[in-house]
Amino acid sequence: MPDANGQVAILGVGMHPWGKWGRSFVEYGVTAARAALADAGLQWPEIQYVAGADTIRNGYPGYVAGATFAQALGWSGARVSSCYSACASGATAIDIARARILAGLCDVALVIGADTTPKGFFAPVGGDRPDDPDWLRFRLLGATNPTYFGLYARRRMELYGATERDFARVKVKNSRHGATNPNARYQKEVGEDEVLASPVVASPLRLLDICATSDGAAAVVLSSLDFARRRRRRAVKVAAVSTVTPRYPNTVIEMPNFATDSATGVAPPDLAFRDSIAHAAYDEAGVGPDDLDLAEVYDLSTALELDWYENIGLCKEGEAERLLNDGDTTLGGRIPVNPSGGLACFGEAVPAQAIAQVCELTWQLRGEAGGRQVEGAKAGVTVNQGLFGHGSSVVVVR
Amino acid sequence: MPVIEGWFTMDDDRPQLLGSRCSSCGARFFPKAAACRSPQCGQGQLEDVPLSRTGRVWSFTDNRYQPPPPYVASDPFEPYAIAAVELADERMVVLGQLESGVDVTALGVGAEMELTLGTLYEDDEHEYLVWKWRPTGA
Repeated sequence: MPDANGQVAILGVGMHPWGKWGRSFVEYGVTAARAALADAGLQWPEIQYVAGADTIRNGYPGYVAGATFAQALGWSGARVSSCYSACASGATAIDIARARILAGLCDVALVIGADTTPKGFFAPVGGDRPDDPDWLRFRLLGATNPTYFGLYARRRMELYGATERDFARVKVKNSRHGATNPNARYQKEVGEDEVLASPVVASPLRLLDICATSDGAAAVVLSSLDFARRRRRRAVKVAAVSTVTPRYPNTVIEMPNFATDSATGVAPPDLAFRDSIAHAAYDEAGVGPDDLDLAEVYDLSTALELDWYENIGLCKEGEAERLLNDGDTTLGGRIPVNPSGGLACFGEAVPAQAIAQVCELTWQLRGEAGGRQVEGAKAGVTVNQGLFGHGSSVVVVR
Repeated sequence: MPVIEGWFTMDDDRPQLLGSRCSSCGARFFPKAAACRSPQCGQGQLEDVPLSRTGRVWSFTDNRYQPPPPYVASDPFEPYAIAAVELADERMVVLGQLESGVDVTALGVGAEMELTLGTLYEDDEHEYLVWKWRPTGA
Protein backbone atom coordinates (compact mmCIF):
# COMPACT_ATOMS: atom_id res chain seq x y z
CA MET A 1 0.00 0.00 0.00
CA PRO A 2 1.45 3.41 -0.83
CA ASP A 3 2.00 5.50 2.28
CA ALA A 4 2.22 9.29 2.34
CA ASN A 5 5.05 8.91 -0.18
CA GLY A 6 2.49 7.77 -2.71
CA GLN A 7 0.50 10.97 -2.34
CA VAL A 8 0.64 14.18 -4.35
CA ALA A 9 -0.54 17.60 -3.23
CA ILE A 10 -3.42 19.49 -4.80
CA LEU A 11 -2.02 23.02 -4.76
CA GLY A 12 -4.76 24.72 -6.68
CA VAL A 13 -8.13 24.14 -8.33
CA GLY A 14 -10.26 26.17 -10.73
CA MET A 15 -13.25 26.01 -13.04
CA HIS A 16 -14.97 27.92 -15.77
CA PRO A 17 -18.69 28.10 -14.86
CA TRP A 18 -20.71 25.41 -16.67
CA GLY A 19 -23.54 26.20 -19.04
CA LYS A 20 -24.10 26.79 -22.73
CA TRP A 21 -21.82 29.70 -23.44
CA GLY A 22 -21.16 29.26 -27.15
CA ARG A 23 -17.42 29.86 -26.91
CA SER A 24 -14.33 27.75 -27.63
CA PHE A 25 -13.25 24.95 -25.32
CA VAL A 26 -9.79 26.56 -25.30
CA GLU A 27 -11.18 29.70 -23.70
CA TYR A 28 -12.94 27.66 -21.02
CA GLY A 29 -9.82 25.62 -20.32
CA VAL A 30 -7.56 28.65 -20.05
CA THR A 31 -9.99 30.32 -17.64
CA ALA A 32 -10.01 27.22 -15.42
CA ALA A 33 -6.23 26.89 -15.66
CA ARG A 34 -5.58 30.51 -14.69
CA ALA A 35 -7.96 30.11 -11.73
CA ALA A 36 -6.11 26.97 -10.59
CA LEU A 37 -2.72 28.69 -10.98
CA ALA A 38 -3.89 31.70 -8.97
CA ASP A 39 -5.30 29.38 -6.32
CA ALA A 40 -1.92 27.61 -6.16
CA GLY A 41 -0.01 30.89 -5.97
CA LEU A 42 2.00 29.93 -9.03
CA GLN A 43 2.87 31.58 -12.32
CA TRP A 44 2.27 29.59 -15.52
CA PRO A 45 5.98 29.43 -16.48
CA GLU A 46 6.68 27.59 -13.21
CA ILE A 47 4.54 24.65 -14.39
CA GLN A 48 6.78 21.81 -15.54
CA TYR A 49 4.17 19.47 -16.97
CA VAL A 50 0.79 19.94 -18.64
CA ALA A 51 -1.72 17.11 -18.90
CA GLY A 52 -4.72 17.83 -21.14
CA ALA A 53 -7.88 15.74 -21.21
CA ASP A 54 -9.07 15.59 -24.82
CA THR A 55 -12.39 16.57 -26.31
CA ILE A 56 -13.14 14.66 -29.48
CA ARG A 57 -16.12 16.48 -30.90
CA ASN A 58 -14.54 19.79 -31.65
CA GLY A 59 -11.88 19.31 -34.23
CA TYR A 60 -8.20 18.77 -34.25
CA PRO A 61 -7.08 20.95 -31.30
CA GLY A 62 -9.40 18.92 -29.07
CA TYR A 63 -7.40 15.78 -29.82
CA VAL A 64 -4.18 17.41 -28.62
CA ALA A 65 -5.68 19.32 -25.74
CA GLY A 66 -2.47 19.48 -23.68
CA ALA A 67 -0.55 21.38 -26.32
CA THR A 68 -3.59 23.45 -27.27
CA PHE A 69 -3.97 24.76 -23.73
CA ALA A 70 -0.19 25.23 -23.42
CA GLN A 71 -0.13 27.35 -26.57
CA ALA A 72 -3.02 29.46 -25.35
CA LEU A 73 -1.28 30.01 -22.02
CA GLY A 74 1.96 30.81 -23.89
CA TRP A 75 4.54 28.27 -25.06
CA SER A 76 6.80 27.68 -22.06
CA GLY A 77 8.72 24.55 -22.99
CA ALA A 78 6.78 22.46 -20.44
CA ARG A 79 6.53 18.73 -20.93
CA VAL A 80 3.07 17.82 -22.18
CA SER A 81 0.57 14.99 -22.67
CA SER A 82 -2.95 14.61 -24.07
CA CYS A 83 -5.23 11.73 -23.31
CA TYR A 84 -8.71 10.52 -24.08
CA SER A 85 -10.75 7.99 -22.12
CA ALA A 86 -14.25 9.41 -22.59
CA CYS A 87 -15.84 10.43 -19.29
CA ALA A 88 -12.77 9.16 -17.42
CA SER A 89 -10.42 11.43 -19.41
CA GLY A 90 -9.97 13.89 -16.56
CA ALA A 91 -9.06 11.18 -14.06
CA THR A 92 -6.63 9.68 -16.56
CA ALA A 93 -4.97 13.08 -17.03
CA ILE A 94 -4.68 13.43 -13.24
CA ASP A 95 -3.22 9.93 -13.09
CA ILE A 96 -0.61 10.72 -15.74
CA ALA A 97 0.46 13.92 -13.96
CA ARG A 98 0.50 12.16 -10.59
CA ALA A 99 2.64 9.32 -11.92
CA ARG A 100 5.05 11.80 -13.44
CA ILE A 101 5.40 13.57 -10.07
CA LEU A 102 5.73 10.34 -8.07
CA ALA A 103 8.39 9.13 -10.50
CA GLY A 104 10.41 12.23 -9.71
CA LEU A 105 10.28 13.44 -13.32
CA CYS A 106 8.67 16.73 -12.32
CA ASP A 107 7.65 18.64 -9.20
CA VAL A 108 4.56 20.48 -10.34
CA ALA A 109 1.96 19.83 -13.04
CA LEU A 110 -1.20 21.42 -14.41
CA VAL A 111 -4.15 19.22 -15.45
CA ILE A 112 -6.89 20.71 -17.64
CA GLY A 113 -10.13 19.44 -19.16
CA ALA A 114 -12.62 21.53 -21.11
CA ASP A 115 -15.49 20.87 -23.48
CA THR A 116 -18.28 22.34 -25.53
CA THR A 117 -21.39 20.32 -26.27
CA PRO A 118 -24.13 20.38 -28.86
CA LYS A 119 -27.77 20.48 -27.81
CA GLY A 120 -29.55 17.20 -27.19
CA PHE A 121 -28.26 13.63 -27.19
CA PHE A 122 -24.58 12.89 -27.50
CA ALA A 123 -24.03 11.42 -30.95
CA PRO A 124 -21.15 9.34 -32.27
CA VAL A 125 -18.44 10.86 -34.43
CA GLY A 126 -19.83 11.42 -37.92
CA GLY A 127 -19.26 9.60 -41.19
CA ASP A 128 -20.05 6.06 -42.22
CA ARG A 129 -18.14 3.92 -39.72
CA PRO A 130 -19.62 0.44 -39.41
CA ASP A 131 -16.54 -0.87 -37.56
CA ASP A 132 -17.22 1.44 -34.59
CA PRO A 133 -19.49 -0.05 -31.89
CA ASP A 134 -20.48 3.46 -30.80
CA TRP A 135 -21.67 4.30 -34.32
CA LEU A 136 -23.36 0.90 -34.72
CA ARG A 137 -25.42 1.11 -31.52
CA PHE A 138 -27.13 4.21 -32.90
CA ARG A 139 -27.46 2.78 -36.41
CA LEU A 140 -28.74 -0.70 -35.56
CA LEU A 141 -30.61 -0.05 -32.31
CA GLY A 142 -31.14 3.66 -31.84
CA ALA A 143 -29.59 3.07 -28.41
CA THR A 144 -28.75 6.50 -26.99
CA ASN A 145 -27.00 6.99 -23.66
CA PRO A 146 -30.36 7.41 -21.89
CA THR A 147 -31.39 4.01 -23.32
CA TYR A 148 -28.77 2.39 -21.11
CA PHE A 149 -29.69 4.60 -18.13
CA GLY A 150 -33.33 3.55 -18.62
CA LEU A 151 -32.33 -0.13 -18.56
CA TYR A 152 -30.47 0.31 -15.25
CA ALA A 153 -33.32 2.33 -13.75
CA ARG A 154 -35.99 -0.20 -14.73
CA ARG A 155 -33.85 -2.99 -13.30
CA ARG A 156 -33.66 -1.17 -9.93
CA MET A 157 -37.44 -0.89 -9.92
CA GLU A 158 -37.95 -4.56 -10.71
CA LEU A 159 -35.27 -5.92 -8.37
CA TYR A 160 -35.41 -3.56 -5.40
CA GLY A 161 -38.79 -1.88 -5.68
CA ALA A 162 -37.39 1.55 -6.49
CA THR A 163 -40.02 4.04 -7.60
CA GLU A 164 -40.02 6.97 -9.97
CA ARG A 165 -40.48 9.13 -6.87
CA ASP A 166 -37.23 7.75 -5.40
CA PHE A 167 -35.45 8.76 -8.58
CA ALA A 168 -37.04 12.22 -8.44
CA ARG A 169 -35.79 12.66 -4.87
CA VAL A 170 -32.19 12.29 -6.07
CA LYS A 171 -32.76 15.24 -8.39
CA VAL A 172 -34.42 17.23 -5.61
CA LYS A 173 -31.46 16.57 -3.31
CA ASN A 174 -28.81 17.45 -5.88
CA SER A 175 -30.64 20.57 -7.02
CA ARG A 176 -30.77 21.76 -3.41
CA HIS A 177 -27.03 21.06 -3.03
CA GLY A 178 -26.11 22.90 -6.22
CA ALA A 179 -28.42 25.86 -5.73
CA THR A 180 -25.64 28.03 -4.29
CA ASN A 181 -22.76 26.64 -6.35
CA PRO A 182 -21.48 29.49 -8.53
CA ASN A 183 -19.95 27.07 -11.06
CA ALA A 184 -23.13 25.05 -11.60
CA ARG A 185 -25.22 25.51 -14.75
CA TYR A 186 -28.50 25.07 -12.86
CA GLN A 187 -28.70 26.94 -9.56
CA LYS A 188 -32.34 26.38 -8.81
CA GLU A 189 -34.15 24.00 -6.50
CA VAL A 190 -36.40 21.48 -8.24
CA GLY A 191 -39.38 19.77 -6.62
CA GLU A 192 -40.45 16.11 -6.82
CA ASP A 193 -43.60 16.90 -8.73
CA GLU A 194 -41.68 18.99 -11.22
CA VAL A 195 -39.46 15.99 -11.99
CA LEU A 196 -42.45 13.66 -12.24
CA ALA A 197 -44.23 16.07 -14.58
CA SER A 198 -41.31 16.30 -17.00
CA PRO A 199 -41.62 14.26 -20.21
CA VAL A 200 -40.42 10.65 -20.36
CA VAL A 201 -37.17 10.31 -22.33
CA ALA A 202 -36.30 6.64 -21.81
CA SER A 203 -38.80 5.05 -19.47
CA PRO A 204 -38.86 5.12 -16.50
CA LEU A 205 -36.55 8.15 -16.71
CA ARG A 206 -37.78 11.65 -17.41
CA LEU A 207 -36.09 14.74 -18.73
CA LEU A 208 -35.23 15.96 -15.22
CA ASP A 209 -33.85 12.53 -14.26
CA ILE A 210 -31.19 12.75 -16.96
CA CYS A 211 -28.26 15.14 -16.87
CA ALA A 212 -27.97 17.79 -19.55
CA THR A 213 -24.96 18.49 -21.72
CA SER A 214 -22.94 21.59 -20.91
CA ASP A 215 -19.89 23.60 -21.79
CA GLY A 216 -17.43 23.75 -18.92
CA ALA A 217 -13.87 23.38 -17.73
CA ALA A 218 -11.92 22.35 -14.67
CA ALA A 219 -8.23 22.37 -13.78
CA VAL A 220 -6.00 21.28 -10.92
CA VAL A 221 -2.38 22.01 -10.04
CA LEU A 222 -0.63 18.96 -8.59
CA SER A 223 2.80 18.87 -6.96
CA SER A 224 5.06 16.68 -4.90
CA LEU A 225 4.58 16.96 -1.13
CA ASP A 226 8.12 18.39 -0.90
CA PHE A 227 7.30 21.12 -3.40
CA ALA A 228 4.15 22.00 -1.43
CA ARG A 229 6.20 22.20 1.78
CA ARG A 230 8.85 24.40 0.17
CA ARG A 231 6.10 26.76 -0.98
CA ARG A 232 4.62 26.66 2.52
CA ARG A 233 1.28 25.53 1.11
CA ARG A 234 -1.03 23.44 3.25
CA ALA A 235 -2.51 21.23 0.62
CA VAL A 236 -5.05 18.44 0.46
CA LYS A 237 -3.68 15.32 -1.17
CA VAL A 238 -4.56 12.80 -3.86
CA ALA A 239 -4.26 9.45 -2.10
CA ALA A 240 -5.35 7.21 -4.97
CA VAL A 241 -6.43 7.24 -8.60
CA SER A 242 -8.21 4.18 -9.95
CA THR A 243 -8.27 3.70 -13.70
CA VAL A 244 -9.13 -0.02 -13.75
CA THR A 245 -10.57 -2.02 -16.63
CA PRO A 246 -13.36 -4.54 -16.06
CA ARG A 247 -12.52 -8.17 -15.38
CA TYR A 248 -13.73 -10.87 -17.79
CA PRO A 249 -16.52 -11.80 -18.03
CA ASN A 250 -18.12 -8.37 -17.67
CA THR A 251 -21.76 -9.35 -17.22
CA VAL A 252 -23.48 -5.95 -16.98
CA ILE A 253 -24.47 -4.39 -20.31
CA GLU A 254 -22.63 -1.10 -20.85
CA MET A 255 -22.37 1.64 -23.44
CA PRO A 256 -21.70 1.22 -26.30
CA ASN A 257 -21.94 -2.57 -26.32
CA PHE A 258 -24.61 -4.76 -27.91
CA ALA A 259 -24.00 -7.62 -25.53
CA THR A 260 -22.19 -8.59 -22.35
CA ASP A 261 -19.50 -11.22 -22.11
CA SER A 262 -20.85 -14.74 -21.67
CA ALA A 263 -20.88 -16.05 -18.09
CA THR A 264 -20.49 -19.66 -19.20
CA GLY A 265 -17.01 -21.19 -19.02
CA VAL A 266 -15.46 -18.56 -16.76
CA ALA A 267 -17.32 -17.51 -13.61
CA PRO A 268 -18.08 -13.79 -13.23
CA PRO A 269 -15.54 -11.92 -11.07
CA ASP A 270 -16.21 -11.31 -7.37
CA LEU A 271 -16.42 -7.60 -8.05
CA ALA A 272 -18.49 -6.39 -10.96
CA PHE A 273 -16.89 -3.56 -12.92
CA ARG A 274 -18.56 -0.61 -11.21
CA ASP A 275 -17.83 -2.10 -7.77
CA SER A 276 -14.20 -2.67 -8.69
CA ILE A 277 -13.56 0.99 -9.59
CA ALA A 278 -13.89 2.46 -6.08
CA HIS A 279 -12.54 -0.73 -4.52
CA ALA A 280 -9.23 -0.32 -6.33
CA ALA A 281 -9.02 3.30 -5.17
CA TYR A 282 -9.78 2.33 -1.55
CA ASP A 283 -7.08 -0.36 -1.72
CA GLU A 284 -4.52 2.09 -3.01
CA ALA A 285 -5.42 4.83 -0.51
CA GLY A 286 -5.73 2.49 2.46
CA VAL A 287 -9.19 3.86 3.28
CA GLY A 288 -12.66 2.36 3.11
CA PRO A 289 -16.19 3.68 2.69
CA ASP A 290 -16.50 4.14 6.47
CA ASP A 291 -13.62 6.63 6.42
CA LEU A 292 -15.35 8.93 3.94
CA ASP A 293 -17.07 12.22 4.74
CA LEU A 294 -18.49 12.80 1.27
CA ALA A 295 -18.61 11.42 -2.27
CA GLU A 296 -18.96 12.89 -5.73
CA VAL A 297 -20.54 10.22 -7.93
CA TYR A 298 -21.43 10.16 -11.57
CA ASP A 299 -25.17 10.92 -11.67
CA LEU A 300 -25.75 10.71 -15.42
CA SER A 301 -29.23 9.77 -14.28
CA THR A 302 -30.90 10.00 -10.88
CA ALA A 303 -31.29 6.22 -10.78
CA LEU A 304 -27.62 5.71 -11.59
CA GLU A 305 -26.65 7.72 -8.50
CA LEU A 306 -28.46 5.07 -6.43
CA ASP A 307 -26.46 2.32 -8.16
CA TRP A 308 -23.25 4.15 -7.26
CA TYR A 309 -24.16 4.24 -3.53
CA GLU A 310 -23.93 0.47 -3.63
CA ASN A 311 -20.99 0.31 -6.02
CA ILE A 312 -18.81 2.50 -3.76
CA GLY A 313 -19.84 0.62 -0.63
CA LEU A 314 -22.04 3.19 1.12
CA CYS A 315 -24.69 0.49 1.59
CA LYS A 316 -25.50 -3.05 0.53
CA GLU A 317 -27.10 -3.92 -2.79
CA GLY A 318 -30.76 -2.95 -2.84
CA GLU A 319 -30.50 -0.52 0.06
CA ALA A 320 -29.72 2.70 -1.81
CA GLU A 321 -33.31 3.97 -1.78
CA ARG A 322 -33.38 3.64 2.00
CA LEU A 323 -30.08 5.51 2.32
CA LEU A 324 -31.48 8.32 0.19
CA ASN A 325 -34.85 8.48 1.91
CA ASP A 326 -33.26 8.44 5.38
CA GLY A 327 -31.36 11.58 4.41
CA ASP A 328 -27.94 9.94 4.79
CA THR A 329 -26.72 11.27 1.44
CA THR A 330 -28.10 14.78 1.89
CA LEU A 331 -26.00 17.68 3.18
CA GLY A 332 -26.04 17.32 6.95
CA GLY A 333 -26.49 13.54 6.64
CA ARG A 334 -24.04 10.74 7.37
CA ILE A 335 -22.32 10.75 3.98
CA PRO A 336 -23.41 13.57 1.66
CA VAL A 337 -23.28 12.57 -1.99
CA ASN A 338 -22.80 15.17 -4.71
CA PRO A 339 -22.66 18.23 -2.44
CA SER A 340 -21.58 20.14 -5.57
CA GLY A 341 -24.98 19.43 -7.09
CA GLY A 342 -23.46 16.73 -9.31
CA LEU A 343 -24.11 16.40 -12.99
CA ALA A 344 -27.75 17.14 -12.20
CA CYS A 345 -26.69 20.76 -11.71
CA PHE A 346 -23.58 20.90 -13.89
CA GLY A 347 -24.43 18.78 -16.91
CA GLU A 348 -21.79 16.85 -18.81
CA ALA A 349 -18.64 18.48 -20.15
CA VAL A 350 -16.89 15.20 -20.76
CA PRO A 351 -13.13 15.77 -20.32
CA ALA A 352 -13.75 18.23 -17.47
CA GLN A 353 -16.08 16.39 -15.17
CA ALA A 354 -13.73 13.94 -13.44
CA ILE A 355 -11.45 16.94 -12.74
CA ALA A 356 -14.43 18.99 -11.53
CA GLN A 357 -15.24 16.25 -9.03
CA VAL A 358 -11.71 16.57 -7.62
CA CYS A 359 -12.07 20.37 -7.47
CA GLU A 360 -15.19 19.93 -5.33
CA LEU A 361 -13.46 17.52 -2.92
CA THR A 362 -10.60 20.00 -2.62
CA TRP A 363 -12.88 22.90 -1.73
CA GLN A 364 -14.76 20.68 0.71
CA LEU A 365 -11.65 19.37 2.45
CA ARG A 366 -10.27 22.89 2.77
CA GLY A 367 -13.57 24.06 4.27
CA GLU A 368 -14.12 26.51 1.41
CA ALA A 369 -17.39 25.16 -0.01
CA GLY A 370 -19.62 27.89 1.39
CA GLY A 371 -23.30 27.07 1.58
CA ARG A 372 -22.75 23.47 0.50
CA GLN A 373 -19.92 22.75 2.99
CA VAL A 374 -19.75 19.27 4.56
CA GLU A 375 -18.67 20.13 8.09
CA GLY A 376 -15.25 18.84 9.09
CA ALA A 377 -14.69 16.86 5.88
CA LYS A 378 -11.38 14.99 5.95
CA ALA A 379 -11.69 12.39 3.19
CA GLY A 380 -13.74 12.00 0.05
CA VAL A 381 -14.03 9.86 -3.06
CA THR A 382 -15.01 10.59 -6.63
CA VAL A 383 -16.25 7.97 -9.04
CA ASN A 384 -16.88 8.04 -12.72
CA GLN A 385 -16.74 5.67 -15.67
CA GLY A 386 -15.49 6.10 -19.21
CA LEU A 387 -17.09 4.51 -22.27
CA PHE A 388 -15.50 1.22 -23.44
CA GLY A 389 -14.18 0.26 -19.97
CA HIS A 390 -12.29 3.02 -18.19
CA GLY A 391 -12.76 3.05 -14.44
CA SER A 392 -12.20 6.36 -12.71
CA SER A 393 -12.10 7.03 -9.01
CA VAL A 394 -10.00 9.47 -7.00
CA VAL A 395 -9.54 9.52 -3.23
CA VAL A 396 -8.67 12.92 -1.74
CA VAL A 397 -7.62 13.32 1.90
CA ARG A 398 -6.73 16.21 4.16
CA MET B 1 -32.17 -6.99 -46.81
CA PRO B 2 -30.25 -7.12 -43.50
CA VAL B 3 -29.21 -3.76 -42.11
CA ILE B 4 -25.78 -5.29 -41.50
CA GLU B 5 -24.21 -8.40 -43.03
CA GLY B 6 -23.28 -11.41 -40.94
CA TRP B 7 -24.81 -10.49 -37.58
CA PHE B 8 -27.96 -12.63 -37.90
CA THR B 9 -29.58 -15.18 -40.16
CA MET B 10 -32.40 -14.12 -42.48
CA ASP B 11 -34.58 -17.09 -41.53
CA ASP B 12 -38.04 -15.51 -41.30
CA ASP B 13 -39.46 -18.13 -38.94
CA ARG B 14 -36.52 -18.82 -36.66
CA PRO B 15 -33.86 -16.12 -37.06
CA GLN B 16 -30.68 -16.42 -35.00
CA LEU B 17 -27.92 -14.05 -34.01
CA LEU B 18 -24.48 -15.06 -35.25
CA GLY B 19 -21.63 -14.91 -32.78
CA SER B 20 -18.22 -16.47 -32.26
CA ARG B 21 -17.21 -19.53 -30.28
CA CYS B 22 -13.63 -20.21 -29.15
CA SER B 23 -12.46 -23.70 -30.12
CA SER B 24 -10.19 -23.85 -27.06
CA CYS B 25 -12.24 -22.54 -24.10
CA GLY B 26 -15.73 -22.43 -25.54
CA ALA B 27 -16.22 -18.71 -24.83
CA ARG B 28 -18.87 -17.06 -26.95
CA PHE B 29 -19.10 -13.48 -28.19
CA PHE B 30 -21.62 -11.23 -29.90
CA PRO B 31 -21.05 -9.55 -32.26
CA LYS B 32 -18.32 -11.79 -33.67
CA ALA B 33 -14.91 -11.28 -32.08
CA ALA B 34 -11.56 -11.04 -33.85
CA ALA B 35 -9.88 -13.28 -31.27
CA CYS B 36 -10.83 -14.97 -27.99
CA ARG B 37 -11.17 -12.30 -25.31
CA SER B 38 -10.93 -14.57 -22.29
CA PRO B 39 -7.69 -13.44 -20.58
CA GLN B 40 -6.85 -17.00 -19.54
CA CYS B 41 -7.21 -18.28 -23.12
CA GLY B 42 -6.69 -16.03 -26.08
CA GLN B 43 -5.39 -18.80 -28.28
CA GLY B 44 -8.33 -20.72 -29.71
CA GLN B 45 -9.65 -20.50 -33.24
CA LEU B 46 -12.94 -18.65 -33.43
CA GLU B 47 -15.80 -20.20 -35.34
CA ASP B 48 -19.11 -18.61 -36.27
CA VAL B 49 -21.99 -19.98 -34.24
CA PRO B 50 -25.69 -19.20 -34.08
CA LEU B 51 -26.81 -18.10 -30.62
CA SER B 52 -29.86 -19.17 -28.62
CA ARG B 53 -32.96 -17.54 -29.98
CA THR B 54 -34.73 -17.37 -26.64
CA GLY B 55 -33.92 -15.82 -23.28
CA ARG B 56 -35.29 -13.86 -20.37
CA VAL B 57 -35.68 -10.12 -19.91
CA TRP B 58 -32.83 -8.49 -17.92
CA SER B 59 -34.38 -5.05 -18.32
CA PHE B 60 -36.19 -2.85 -20.83
CA THR B 61 -36.92 0.77 -21.68
CA ASP B 62 -38.61 2.79 -24.38
CA ASN B 63 -37.13 5.73 -26.24
CA ARG B 64 -39.56 8.58 -26.64
CA TYR B 65 -37.22 11.08 -28.31
CA GLN B 66 -35.69 10.79 -31.76
CA PRO B 67 -32.06 9.69 -31.60
CA PRO B 68 -29.45 11.50 -33.68
CA PRO B 69 -27.99 10.02 -36.90
CA PRO B 70 -26.80 7.48 -37.88
CA TYR B 71 -30.19 6.23 -36.62
CA VAL B 72 -32.61 6.49 -39.51
CA ALA B 73 -35.81 7.69 -37.91
CA SER B 74 -39.28 7.38 -39.35
CA ASP B 75 -41.07 10.60 -40.24
CA PRO B 76 -42.93 11.37 -38.08
CA PHE B 77 -40.75 9.75 -35.43
CA GLU B 78 -42.26 6.71 -33.77
CA PRO B 79 -40.94 5.78 -30.31
CA TYR B 80 -39.56 2.26 -29.93
CA ALA B 81 -38.68 0.05 -27.02
CA ILE B 82 -35.43 -1.76 -26.31
CA ALA B 83 -34.94 -4.90 -24.25
CA ALA B 84 -31.85 -6.44 -22.72
CA VAL B 85 -32.39 -10.19 -22.86
CA GLU B 86 -30.23 -12.84 -21.19
CA LEU B 87 -29.80 -15.71 -23.64
CA ALA B 88 -30.78 -19.09 -22.30
CA ASP B 89 -27.58 -21.07 -22.91
CA GLU B 90 -24.91 -18.41 -23.31
CA ARG B 91 -25.73 -16.43 -20.14
CA MET B 92 -25.06 -13.34 -22.21
CA VAL B 93 -27.26 -10.24 -22.23
CA VAL B 94 -28.08 -8.99 -25.74
CA LEU B 95 -29.82 -5.73 -26.62
CA GLY B 96 -32.45 -5.46 -29.28
CA GLN B 97 -35.41 -3.35 -30.23
CA LEU B 98 -38.73 -4.82 -29.27
CA GLU B 99 -41.08 -5.81 -32.07
CA SER B 100 -43.31 -2.83 -32.72
CA GLY B 101 -46.66 -3.06 -31.01
CA VAL B 102 -45.31 -4.85 -27.91
CA ASP B 103 -46.66 -3.17 -24.81
CA VAL B 104 -43.57 -2.58 -22.66
CA THR B 105 -45.64 -2.00 -19.55
CA ALA B 106 -46.71 -5.63 -19.80
CA LEU B 107 -43.10 -6.85 -19.69
CA GLY B 108 -41.14 -7.74 -16.59
CA VAL B 109 -37.67 -8.90 -15.63
CA GLY B 110 -37.52 -12.64 -16.23
CA ALA B 111 -40.19 -12.68 -18.95
CA GLU B 112 -39.46 -15.17 -21.73
CA MET B 113 -38.52 -13.64 -25.06
CA GLU B 114 -37.73 -14.88 -28.54
CA LEU B 115 -35.82 -13.45 -31.47
CA THR B 116 -37.63 -12.21 -34.53
CA LEU B 117 -36.85 -10.08 -37.59
CA GLY B 118 -38.40 -6.70 -38.13
CA THR B 119 -38.05 -3.58 -40.23
CA LEU B 120 -35.56 -1.02 -38.94
CA TYR B 121 -36.17 1.45 -41.79
CA GLU B 122 -37.02 1.60 -45.46
CA ASP B 123 -35.85 3.65 -48.41
CA ASP B 124 -37.02 3.73 -52.03
CA GLU B 125 -35.14 0.54 -52.89
CA HIS B 126 -35.08 -1.69 -49.83
CA GLU B 127 -36.59 -2.64 -46.53
CA TYR B 128 -33.76 -2.98 -44.00
CA LEU B 129 -34.26 -5.74 -41.46
CA VAL B 130 -32.78 -6.11 -37.99
CA TRP B 131 -33.19 -8.59 -35.13
CA LYS B 132 -35.84 -7.74 -32.58
CA TRP B 133 -37.22 -9.26 -29.40
CA ARG B 134 -40.80 -10.22 -28.69
CA PRO B 135 -42.52 -12.11 -25.86
CA THR B 136 -42.39 -15.86 -26.56
CA GLY B 137 -45.48 -17.03 -28.39
CA ALA B 138 -46.66 -13.50 -29.16
